[in-house]
Amino acid sequence: MIRRLMLTTVIAILPLAVTAALPRTAIAGDARRDAILADYAAKAGTASFSAQRGETLFRTKSTGGDPRTSSCTACHTSDPRQPGQNAKTGRPIEPVAVSVNPRRFTDPATVEKQFTRDCRSVLGRDCTPLEKGDYITFLAGQ
Amino acid sequence: MSLRALTPGTVLFAVLLTLQSPASAGNDWMPPVLDATVKKECGACHMAFPPGFLPARSWTRMMGSLADHFGEDASLPNDKLEIVRLYLESNAGDVVTRGRAARYMQWVTRGGTPQRITESPDFLRKHRFRDSVWEDPKVVTKSNCLACHTGADQGNFK
Repeated sequence: MIRRLMLTTVIAILPLAVTAALPRTAIAGDARRDAILADYAAKAGTASFSAQRGETLFRTKSTGGDPRTSSCTACHTSDPRQPGQNAKTGRPIEPVAVSVNPRRFTDPATVEKQFTRDCRSVLGRDCTPLEKGDYITFLAGQ
Repeated sequence: MSLRALTPGTVLFAVLLTLQSPASAGNDWMPPVLDATVKKECGACHMAFPPGFLPARSWTRMMGSLADHFGEDASLPNDKLEIVRLYLESNAGDVVTRGRAARYMQWVTRGGTPQRITESPDFLRKHRFRDSVWEDPKVVTKSNCLACHTGADQGNFK
């Protein structure tokens, strides 16, 4: 009985221990996000997304879109770990950084819909698959 | 029910029910959106507004013109669109006349399809504020109910 109890305890604790042992980036990893990135990689014709390019995309001001949303930071603030606010409606926005909001970039339909809306609003055009991959890569490391 | 059945949990539940009920919220209550799809899709950009603020035909018109939704492209895939449209139409102010809906419906002309809730006389009468109130950074726009009515998404517009 005691052995069984110990075994149960070990089984219960094991995932926690494994999770704790993993580096931060690995915790943020999510098979659904990986699949979304793989899809963009296939469309972009490259798998080498760049967090740095993603950050530039995140921070650069554009004149092509709605002046209220001249950059991603207009709603998401300059710190993606902080909550934001929709610059048009005032609605609070959960942080986009994956480390504080692990559900980010895990539902393909939501991700694609949001990119369509936000890229047009900020840039005045659709984002390329490469830009989408870069953007997610940047925020998955934040 | 015997007294023994009145556990603290039961009492708390009863008190919460009373607090939540339309009767105690008086005239400032409007049935909130309860459908998960409607909450998610409308709520992606703004609080999902209670359908009681507009008549069914207003929602029909709005759901038929999401590509230009107050200047925004808020298009939805057809399956989602149908869920949202049906919910808004069947809970519209002229269908479900609970809460504040009756008051809002008085404003609507026969066959009229108003789109902006914030243009209703009942809204305007209750929102006569200095410009500085509207210019508060947390407000952003008159349609941001939750900036001041913290219970708005529960239907409480006190």
